[in-house]
Amino acid sequence: MIQPFRLTTGRLDAAEILRFTFDGKSYTGLAGDTLASALLANGVHLVGRSFKYHRPRGILSAGAEEPNALVGIHRDAARKTPNVRATVQELYDGLAAVSQNRWPSLGFDVGGLNNLGAPFFSAGFYYKTFMWPRTAWERLYEPIIRRAAGLGTAPDRPDPDHYSNRFAHCDVLVVGGGAAGLAAALAASETGARVILADEQAVPGGGLRFETGAVIDGKPGWEWAQETAAKLAARDNVRLLTRTTGFGYYAQNMLGLVERLTDHLSAPDVDQPRERLWQVRAKRVVLATGAIERHMVFPGNDRPGIMLASAARAYLNHFGVAVGSKVAVYTADDSAYATAVDLKKRGVEVAAVIDLRPTPRGPHVEESRELGIEVLAGHAVVGTTGRLRVRRIEVAPVYGGASRQIEADALATSSGWTPAVHLFSQSRGKLAFDEETRRFLPGQYVQDALSVGACNGTASLTDAVEEALRAGAKAAKEAGAAKGRSKTVKLDARSPEAWSAGMAGAAPGAEAGKKAMAFVDFQNDVTAKDIRQAVQEGMRSIEHVKRFTTAGMATDQGKTSNLHALTIASEMLGKPVPKVGLTTFRPPYTPVTFGALVGHSRGALFEPTRRTPTHAWAEAQGAVFEDVGQWKRAWYFPQGGEDMHAAVARECLTVRHSAGIFDASTLGKIEIVGPDAARFMELMYTNPWQKLGIGRCRYGIMLREDGFIYDDGVVGRLAEDRFHVTTTTGGAPRVLHHMEDYLQTEFPDLKVWLTSTSEQWATIAVQGPKSRDIIAPLVEGIDLSDEAMPHMSVREGRVCGVPARLFRISFTGERGFEINVPADYGLSVWEAVWAEGQKHGACAYGTETMHVLRAEKGFIIVGQDTDGTVTPDDAGLAWAIGRKKTDFVGIRGLERPDLKAPERRQLVGLKTSDPKTVLEEGAQIVADPNQPVPMKMIGFVTSSYWSENCGRSIALALVEGGRERMGERLYVPMPEDAIEVEVVPMVFFDEKGERTNG
Amino acid sequence: MLLIHCPYCEEERPELEFRHAGEAHIARPENIAEISDEEFQRYFFIRANPKGVTFERWRHMHGCGRFFNAARDTVSDRFLMTYMAGEPKPDLGKAGGGAVRSASRKGTPA
Ligand SMILES: [Zn+2]
Repeated sequence: MIQPFRLTTGRLDAAEILRFTFDGKSYTGLAGDTLASALLANGVHLVGRSFKYHRPRGILSAGAEEPNALVGIHRDAARKTPNVRATVQELYDGLAAVSQNRWPSLGFDVGGLNNLGAPFFSAGFYYKTFMWPRTAWERLYEPIIRRAAGLGTAPDRPDPDHYSNRFAHCDVLVVGGGAAGLAAALAASETGARVILADEQAVPGGGLRFETGAVIDGKPGWEWAQETAAKLAARDNVRLLTRTTGFGYYAQNMLGLVERLTDHLSAPDVDQPRERLWQVRAKRVVLATGAIERHMVFPGNDRPGIMLASAARAYLNHFGVAVGSKVAVYTADDSAYATAVDLKKRGVEVAAVIDLRPTPRGPHVEESRELGIEVLAGHAVVGTTGRLRVRRIEVAPVYGGASRQIEADALATSSGWTPAVHLFSQSRGKLAFDEETRRFLPGQYVQDALSVGACNGTASLTDAVEEALRAGAKAAKEAGAAKGRSKTVKLDARSPEAWSAGMAGAAPGAEAGKKAMAFVDFQNDVTAKDIRQAVQEGMRSIEHVKRFTTAGMATDQGKTSNLHALTIASEMLGKPVPKVGLTTFRPPYTPVTFGALVGHSRGALFEPTRRTPTHAWAEAQGAVFEDVGQWKRAWYFPQGGEDMHAAVARECLTVRHSAGIFDASTLGKIEIVGPDAARFMELMYTNPWQKLGIGRCRYGIMLREDGFIYDDGVVGRLAEDRFHVTTTTGGAPRVLHHMEDYLQTEFPDLKVWLTSTSEQWATIAVQGPKSRDIIAPLVEGIDLSDEAMPHMSVREGRVCGVPARLFRISFTGERGFEINVPADYGLSVWEAVWAEGQKHGACAYGTETMHVLRAEKGFIIVGQDTDGTVTPDDAGLAWAIGRKKTDFVGIRGLERPDLKAPERRQLVGLKTSDPKTVLEEGAQIVADPNQPVPMKMIGFVTSSYWSENCGRSIALALVEGGRERMGERLYVPMPEDAIEVEVVPMVFFDEKGERTNG
Repeated sequence: MLLIHCPYCEEERPELEFRHAGEAHIARPENIAEISDEEFQRYFFIRANPKGVTFERWRHMHGCGRFFNAARDTVSDRFLMTYMAGEPKPDLGKAGGGAVRSASRKGTPA
């Protein structure tokens, strides 16, 4: 085999050799390797450059907590995933990985000069160094920092993969498939409970992958784990999800899991989703998330080759890889001795075990000594050397004495284990600090969950398995799933291993006052000194220290570093750890792709698309569409190569000269029915309704209780007890919600029923002097004469033989009709109207022409000419308020002093001095363009168009005291120049309104 | 995602079906046109926004469409109970969280 550090094939499949590249160089690995284990098998430790100082970095861990070994995985041009942890990326044949944050190469990196400028990049540098001048931030500082300090590069193409989403319910969800999780799932499923077991690894087993001495049920731990996983997977009531991370614990026992389906495959089926998001609602949750080993904080602790002791052991025992040829161990905890023992037994030279504790004791300590390993108790590693890989470590007695150099090409460190309480904390459970073991452990539970094993601080395997079995059975019982008497599961589990509290914070050589670079947070390059500096500069809470130094804020969220940072801060502050506080754990536990969260809801499936009954007809006519809320509306109908301007100008002229046909089906429609319908209308709208005649229409204004315009629309009274209400396009749902709210909760005694009919009616507007002639041949049973059917009236009859509600109303100022027919007949009636229209030279027109024509008449559009702070009087609609009314929604709000102030912005018309200039909607208005900046803005343009009918531009605007300013010259400052405008009335065309009968 | 018990449907349904509708037990004054600015301020603008138990309105938007009231703990996000619109504000002090909570589940299939 050409993998020089592969001692054995470990538990991997020796028959399957996989090829891969790292920075273009070819290597081989074995099926079952991670990218990290394969690199280490090839003797590659240097895998990246650090975030701020561009220091060479290696592989710290063998799992999800990895802060250093982040690489890009490039499958093809569109599939370039940055910031992948090499320790969790499974190797596949043909994998191509690249290092990040280096230039020009990993071995020689110009940014490494930042390292020399380290004092300059110290804690809080973002906030202090780059404050002034402001422009320099955008042009100079930010681009440089972004280039110098950064992670991988985001892919520049759309994600070609697809992602799926599943909801699941279960009695017991077990998160974590180590010894405790497997035992809990076993006990819970034995009762018949529906169990989901999720484990982030490809194969369950957790810490058993490196613990060599564990024996469960008479079998070696790993073997037991595989048998148990197979047994669980075979059970009908168990769903075993591997490669699945429980990343979020939300309200009422809902957890988010993400299952990785293809990232480990050499040639994934393109039809297979890349990831699957599981949203699991569990009656009970068992957390078996284990513990995460902490590194030691000492000078030069970040050189490639320095890693966690458990990681070195996992690479050896599971992957058969030696992390070096001469390995030293530095610890403050018993568990690291096992690493030394296992290495030695496999024939790897162990340089020494350096233990901070003066008198370490225990089976593994004794065994180390028996194996002839030098144990330096009461010693510390106070420095390291080696450019791209550790070569030598400097060791000194803790209580003084000469230091000595020890040759080592790898250093396995451990300062103890941190229970992985992330999900427990996310569930809003309260963490309790255990003074004796100096750990945060699950305290008070807020949700229906239990923690077992290492994440609960349970140290021995025997206790963990027993605790897990009990918890599994209890959870099943509490979920109400345990049926009858089920067999109690018993397992004999034992392991010589133990882990103690260890230590947290800075080790000797990195104490206060020392300039050494002793890293706390590798990914954000935060040193012990930085934490101290933050405290010195006044940060008191750990939340402040975290934000000031950015410790714990990288993609690893400080899994290995948080307790170190907290301990150093607490020492500086002279306050106990719990008083300094623990930063809040928030989802996700590990990074989750946007793809997984979004699932299929993207592109065309991002949200529903609503199409009117005439959509296909308009499409065939070459209409250009615009999005209005979820609706696709025909915007304009270009003919013979017309651009938008030409098409709209033609449509506008045609409507006023002959007629135009417009699909108004998107208007919201609500049917208000019942003996108290008119009373209800009186309360909902500002207008009076009691006396509105049957068959007559009225323009209604709806306010919120604060007196501002909420919606408007024409309302037709069809009977004493029946109103046909129209709302703005897209406004129907909120208007109906608003009406239902008052009807159900404030006026529940009114006998009124509200029904949404927006989708039921297709609405065809026929507007223009020829409109009556066009529809007349199609209408049955309705007298269309001005006497019988005046402007603002509604009749029921038949159009094209179809039951119809025919409105004589106009949003153009022309004689106009709106034909409402059941939506299914919409297209055929439209085609019939179109055929008649052709005889009279009518055109189809779109929303742009509709906008221009209504603006020519000064008709407002709620949401365009109003913004939620406009009263009826502001909009020139005070006439629509029923003066004799004693109540309607908004009646009191309108009386507020501010709403009656004379200087309020009022809607007026604007004419540019140059008739060819079309103002920009949203542009600000000033009285004097020569005043100093910042100018006093007295209003803004709400609507602005070219009007072919007026032969000039027209605009509507909200202007302070606008109606008092008629004839006044105001200015619209633009980048080039200020545009002069004249304040005019809102009606630009047919001021007398004669054309509705024209 | 929360699970919410609709007192009209008598079922616990996912939050997606519901819409929050502001603080509960704020009645619109019957003589609203005549109230003072201060009274209007209290009615329209001032909200309790407590840390702890809050009384709020929800609507079973994508279900029965009914507005109802709920007592929810803003710290734990736990619904203590839900009840029909128009029912008096419950006295949670006596009942205690657990008892009230199970009462709200009355009618829910086990
Ligand atoms: Zn309901």
